[in-house]
Amino acid sequence: MTAPTKKLKVATTSLAGCFGCHMSFLDIDERLFTLLEHIEFDRSPLTDIKHCSPDCDIGIIEGGLCNAENVHVLREFRKNCKILIAIGACAINGGLPAQRNHLPLATILVEVYHTSPGLANGMIPNDPELPLPLDKVHPIHEVVKIDYFIPGCPPSGDAIWKVLTDLLAGREPELGHGLMHYD
Amino acid sequence: MNQTFMLDGKAIPFEEGQTIIQAAAKAGVFIPHLCYHPEFKPHGSCKLCTVKVNGRHTASCTMRAAPGMNVESDTEEINAERRALTQMLFVEGNHFCPSCEQSGNCQLQATAYHLGMMSPHYDHFFPNRPVDASHPEVLLDFNRCILCSLCVRASRDVDGKNVFALSGRGITTHLIVNAKSGQLADTNFTLDDKAAHVCPVGVILKKRKGFAVPIGERKYDKAPIAESVTTEGR
Repeated sequence: MTAPTKKLKVATTSLAGCFGCHMSFLDIDERLFTLLEHIEFDRSPLTDIKHCSPDCDIGIIEGGLCNAENVHVLREFRKNCKILIAIGACAINGGLPAQRNHLPLATILVEVYHTSPGLANGMIPNDPELPLPLDKVHPIHEVVKIDYFIPGCPPSGDAIWKVLTDLLAGREPELGHGLMHYD
Repeated sequence: MNQTFMLDGKAIPFEEGQTIIQAAAKAGVFIPHLCYHPEFKPHGSCKLCTVKVNGRHTASCTMRAAPGMNVESDTEEINAERRALTQMLFVEGNHFCPSCEQSGNCQLQATAYHLGMMSPHYDHFFPNRPVDASHPEVLLDFNRCILCSLCVRASRDVDGKNVFALSGRGITTHLIVNAKSGQLADTNFTLDDKAAHVCPVGVILKKRKGFAVPIGERKYDKAPIAESVTTEGR
């Protein structure tokens, strides 16, 4: 891999995820140094930059959509990134949060804030600053176009490395046996 | 006896009465499938084993081999169709692999890997399908049912019990338990039944055995599903 003259801008975020995919991203370990010869991080929990630059090359999205803010962030990424990558089970099919989808949202809120054991005078949070939960948790490809997917819960550091290096080299990313995992 | 047909440019010998998928398996050629099982009569419903015979689509588990047939299977076009079918199976049910006991041993998952399914592509149905935990030894998690009918065939044809059936039609087709209450506990189903061991996904599960095998050592961690053609003859 020869270094391009201009570094690619990579933005990352975790929506309705657990940051496990970001942790797995860090699991590429010392290869991060090699990666940083080719990319620079834009908006990401790693930089704490709050909004995407308009000329991001790659956006990496962890987690599905469980509230209105997730949708806004996802749309910001789609608007500002040339390539969007869904990373992990939650971004790809909603994952664990989507296992609430067969229950009515009101039932869940009542259970969590009113009727769970140990709650006295529990109140459903209603601060206007809080993003409203969505009726159902959705995978991100149901809302914006996603260019590439890295399945796994989380995908291994090796799988993430494979996809990123394939993309940087201009190849179609491919995960073979052992790297391809839905769990 | 020495009759052959062509499968992806390779001559495959077959015996009278053999289906395409049977002859292919015998010759060591894997054709993806979910509802087909060599021990049972073919059902022809999942369509994963679809091939082109002389240019026409057909299920290779129901089509008998004939001399001189020209069969296409492992082509970009047919694998793309198989991938789309697999994606539809994933979005129709609730397939959350990370929390499924069958993950790593699941034919649906392993087939999706084989076909390079990177995403479900379609919008999810997220259906509401309650589980049946009534039986003391076996859990039924209908969320993962792909309607292959293997449990139906095993219970009817091998166990002689008719514990399972497919009910409804079209998109409302679903697996039911033949008991007045609809509960597995109210049938004579036991763990010794053939039907307890044929589910290709994670619907029929032995209780208190989940996640016994660690990640990395499960069936399809070790070898991709295409190799089952040499290890299991299918």
